[in-house]
Amino acid sequence: MRRRRSLGYDLLGLAVAAVVGFPVYWMVLTAFRPATEILSLPPHFWPGTPTLSNFTRALNSETFWANVRSSVLIGVGTVLVSLVVGTLAAFALARFRFLGRRAFVVVILIVQMVPLTALIIPVYLLLNDVGMTDSIAGVIITYLVFTLPFTVWMLRGFIAGVPVELEEAAMVDGCGRLGAFRRVVLPLLAPGIVATSVFALVQAWNEYVLVYVLLSSPKKQTVSIWLVSFQTSFGTDYGGLMAGATLTALPVVVFFLVVQRRIASGLAAGAVKG
Amino acid sequence: MSGDRVRRRRSPLLPYLLIGPTVIALGLVLGYPLVDMVVLAFQDMTREQLFSGAAPPWAGLEQFRRILGDGFFWTVVFRTLLFTAACVTLTVICGLFTAMLMHRVSPWVRAVIAGVLVTVWAMPEMVAASIFRWLFDADYGVVNWVLSRLPGVDLAKHNWFTDPWEGFSVIVAVVVWGSLPFAAITLRAALAQVPPELEESAVLDGARPFQVFRHVTIPVIRPVLLMVTTLMSIWDFGVFNQIWLMRGGQPEREYYLLGVYSFIESFAVNRYSVGAAIALVTVVLLLGGSVVHLRQMFRTGELE
Repeated sequence: MRRRRSLGYDLLGLAVAAVVGFPVYWMVLTAFRPATEILSLPPHFWPGTPTLSNFTRALNSETFWANVRSSVLIGVGTVLVSLVVGTLAAFALARFRFLGRRAFVVVILIVQMVPLTALIIPVYLLLNDVGMTDSIAGVIITYLVFTLPFTVWMLRGFIAGVPVELEEAAMVDGCGRLGAFRRVVLPLLAPGIVATSVFALVQAWNEYVLVYVLLSSPKKQTVSIWLVSFQTSFGTDYGGLMAGATLTALPVVVFFLVVQRRIASGLAAGAVKG
Repeated sequence: MSGDRVRRRRSPLLPYLLIGPTVIALGLVLGYPLVDMVVLAFQDMTREQLFSGAAPPWAGLEQFRRILGDGFFWTVVFRTLLFTAACVTLTVICGLFTAMLMHRVSPWVRAVIAGVLVTVWAMPEMVAASIFRWLFDADYGVVNWVLSRLPGVDLAKHNWFTDPWEGFSVIVAVVVWGSLPFAAITLRAALAQVPPELEESAVLDGARPFQVFRHVTIPVIRPVLLMVTTLMSIWDFGVFNQIWLMRGGQPEREYYLLGVYSFIESFAVNRYSVGAAIALVTVVLLLGGSVVHLRQMFRTGELE
């Protein structure tokens, strides 16, 4: 009886996984298909003769590599700045009680709820005033709006997880504050830092609206803009589009699979459950 | 306790030096633009001032009078609320269902579901929207074909975006699909906290499965459930990307939500002040949701 019930749940579970996973399967399948198989009714649900022609078409689109470069530059720049600035604040939040701490926490949390679309106009006008529209540095600074609060809040959780006693012990043994942080907290924090950076990197890689408004020269634009323009310029070339989508998603999926355990617990410990 | 000992020896200025850079950075990229947005909403800025650099004239409450007196604005507000409610309800129900299922299946099936969830979680919004556009394509989309197999249904060459209600159901599907992993994984973590003895004793006392769920499971996962619901509401209220992409960068008026509306007023029509006023109304509405979220976090002691 118990066995049968569990088999029923297993089948239901597999069905759910199939339905939820189907769009991804369909994307990859379409990306590797010749046009004749893509545009056919009834659709073929199993792989036929795979081809790479969709990928060559997507990769040969004029600005692809320039856009990848731009995405990477923006992502890495954003992560570096928010890590350096954010770790300090996260340390203060995790280890000190000070006047205004609560207010600071509230600001950090509320800020993450302001929709980006609400900020585009003033951010655009601000960067326009200082002549930084269409510049990668301008985008990096702008991205701090969402990566910095997130980094501070995530790292706060990770630092709080490192026992104060370890730090104290190092200080008793003659380390200064900074030495204790560098030699004891930082190594233990490494997984948290990796997870946080990956997540921030992914957000920067995926962001669309701000770069769409801020960057006008095609070579500076990011991969997400490339994907959208690909869509409008190629119309219904779904093979090429799905190849482009696969290429855009691939690095993110790989990163995510690498750190997902920490992300899940980090989100639970950092952002969602304090 | 031991923490206090260390703390006492610290210079009282240190924490302020540590948060200083963050405060300055956020003030610059967020504080200033937010204030600017409020100011802009009370002015009348158009393309002319953008290029000449001249100060835009003051308009007082003119922009607000204009949008609040416009029936279309209220349609968009109502539509945004409805859209958010639909997305959040579906995400939470599907997420809870998936989480409970993961709780009951054999380990290897659980691993399969978890793998699928993480992969879906990693899909960028732009990619998700592209895939769904293809799935729901009028001529060769797989959805039309599969649904046409049902008896009495013929969706050959059916365009889902002609009717905004149908179009929005596709957009809701993309949003729910994208946020399902977060909901399911978080709720699954919460379900793991429910002590099995509690459920077992309820069953022994004669509770039916639904009663166990209603009176034992739900109360235990309630804080996480509330957290997921408020976070989802806040995120879904600001949806922009999926609509923008599924309508090919030129959404029709029937597809405006507050985010899209504000963007179009600013960058397509170049009425920056109207756009700012709409954005301001959006932020104020969102603050309601944020207050609920923060109160929840304070109550559970997460902020101490």
